[in-house]
Amino acid sequence: MKKIISAILAVCLILGCGAALAGCGGQEKTTLYVYNWGQYISEGDDDSLDVIAAFEEAYPNIEVKYSTYDSNEIMYSKLSNGGITVDVIIPSDYMIGRMRQEGMLLELNFDNIPNYQYIDESFRNTSYDPENKYSVPYTWGTVGIIYNTKYVDEADVTGWELLWNEKYAGKILMFDNSRDAFGIAQYLLGYDVNTTDEAQLQACADKLAEQKPVVQQYVMDQIFDAMENEEAWIAPYYAGDFLTMVEENPDLAFYRPEDQGFNMFIDAMCIPTCCQEKEAAELFINFLCDPEISAANMDYLGYSVPASASKEYLDPELAADEIAYPSQEALTNATSFDYLPEDTSRYMESLFMEVRNG
Amino acid sequence: MKKNNAVLLSAPYLVWMVVFTLIPLGVVAYYALTDPSTGAFSLGNLANLGMYLPVLWQSIVYSLVSACICLVLGYPVAYFIAHCGPFAQKFLYMLVMLPMCMSFLLRTLAWVGLLQDTGIINTLLGKIGIGPLTLIRTPGAVILGMVYNYLPYMILPLYATIVKIDPRLIEAAEDLGCNGVQVFSRVVLPLSVPGILSGMTMVFVPSVSTFYISQKLGGTDTVLIGDVIERQFKQGNNPNLGAALSLVLMLLVLVCTSILNRFGGDQEEGGVVV
Repeated sequence: MKKIISAILAVCLILGCGAALAGCGGQEKTTLYVYNWGQYISEGDDDSLDVIAAFEEAYPNIEVKYSTYDSNEIMYSKLSNGGITVDVIIPSDYMIGRMRQEGMLLELNFDNIPNYQYIDESFRNTSYDPENKYSVPYTWGTVGIIYNTKYVDEADVTGWELLWNEKYAGKILMFDNSRDAFGIAQYLLGYDVNTTDEAQLQACADKLAEQKPVVQQYVMDQIFDAMENEEAWIAPYYAGDFLTMVEENPDLAFYRPEDQGFNMFIDAMCIPTCCQEKEAAELFINFLCDPEISAANMDYLGYSVPASASKEYLDPELAADEIAYPSQEALTNATSFDYLPEDTSRYMESLFMEVRNG
Repeated sequence: MKKNNAVLLSAPYLVWMVVFTLIPLGVVAYYALTDPSTGAFSLGNLANLGMYLPVLWQSIVYSLVSACICLVLGYPVAYFIAHCGPFAQKFLYMLVMLPMCMSFLLRTLAWVGLLQDTGIINTLLGKIGIGPLTLIRTPGAVILGMVYNYLPYMILPLYATIVKIDPRLIEAAEDLGCNGVQVFSRVVLPLSVPGILSGMTMVFVPSVSTFYISQKLGGTDTVLIGDVIERQFKQGNNPNLGAALSLVLMLLVLVCTSILNRFGGDQEEGGVVV
């Protein structure tokens, strides 16, 4: 009797597995895996456009599976460990350079991305992708200090040293990724942000360790909540996200240390080598470059769009905003992060770990 | 024949153990003993662990403190439940289990909302003119998070042990002249040692490797070994060092739990409901 029961169970199991496999094989929809920064696409909140739903509507046989990461480094770790399928990623400039050098990106077929024509000349032939083969710019922006005018004395807002100010100990947030964190120390100490000099990097690490006692938390996107509900008063972050936060809390202000220098970044769409659906991925990239779609997307994100054609569809208030679109003059001391040699990246990472764990 | 049946019956579990525990452990050991860039055999990862010793020590201290607090809080509760009527026992047992039905992440996040400077407690205190107090991002908040999350793991094994203590033994002790305190200290407590050990283990082990609690409730200096390991795998992109740290942590947990179990001596048969 027992044997009969177990035999039946075994048969059920086998049939069950078979049915599940057949189910997978029979699917006609293409699944597109998009891996993007958190809070980095318009998802239909507050009457904004749901970009992914709009894409799926335009291409009914593609289904998008969307997931997010907190920093370039996390995305890189996940991809370099292998074993996953990702079709589209949107890393920042220096990470694109690194992945390109390490052969982790596929060349794009620009026949499938006609909307590339809208990308402005100044966002082409960049140092991370000099021949425009691997990436299509998604947004650009700058890094500055977000602070709460209710608690922070304007006289203290003089530069990056604000993030070291003991007066605001426990109310200061800091980047939880090595490149942005070291960048701030480098601007403050007057070093080149693309230095490979280990002594300079060590000095930056010391500077960051010195800051640790006044830092409330090392965070990425948790910054939204903390700044909006005033749990923290000062934080370095991306200009586009400031524009989102200030809508929730009008007491927030943004400051770019224009004399000391600050980071200007480009985040661009790429296809990694673990991609399974390259053509669908290119359709997706093309869709995001459509001027009207990208304008609706940026209206929500607050980041700056790298295509003047899209700017015409933008909310005019945002298009004229000095924070999103600083003048050429304001950008004089803006520098971008370049690809660092593997050894330097590792060294910086381990120094940052020491700061965090120390 | 009988023996064969036993092997057959345990086969699914054995397969499970091999596929999901032994092989992954092998992978961890492999990563721990290879160089991150070349992939060659190396002891470099283990040699570099010295700088993480303070973090490791801090994790052990926090977890031991949490386990002890759980014991002090949990023992009376378990004792009380074990001495209720059968219906009340079931009901109270369910109440202890109830918080575990909710996601651990949510429960920890809820404490952030309560404790933070602009949180519920500080807002209420502010209304009556106190504060704001520094509640969150302190070692105390991390320990609170551990105690809150893992207390059921202490109460349940304690309850299971205490409820099995033969009431006739207590009667006998009373008949032979023990007073209440003596009955407890010389009969009930020694008989509940297996439950205490298993409860301590079940609180200590998840606490020592946690990272979420310290990230949410801790500050920049309450870094635990779990945080360090997590960071090696995510931002750090150094799975080899992460694996080496995990290996050391695993050995350490083994050592700690075997020391704990030493105290139990030969009473180990009863009560361990892991």
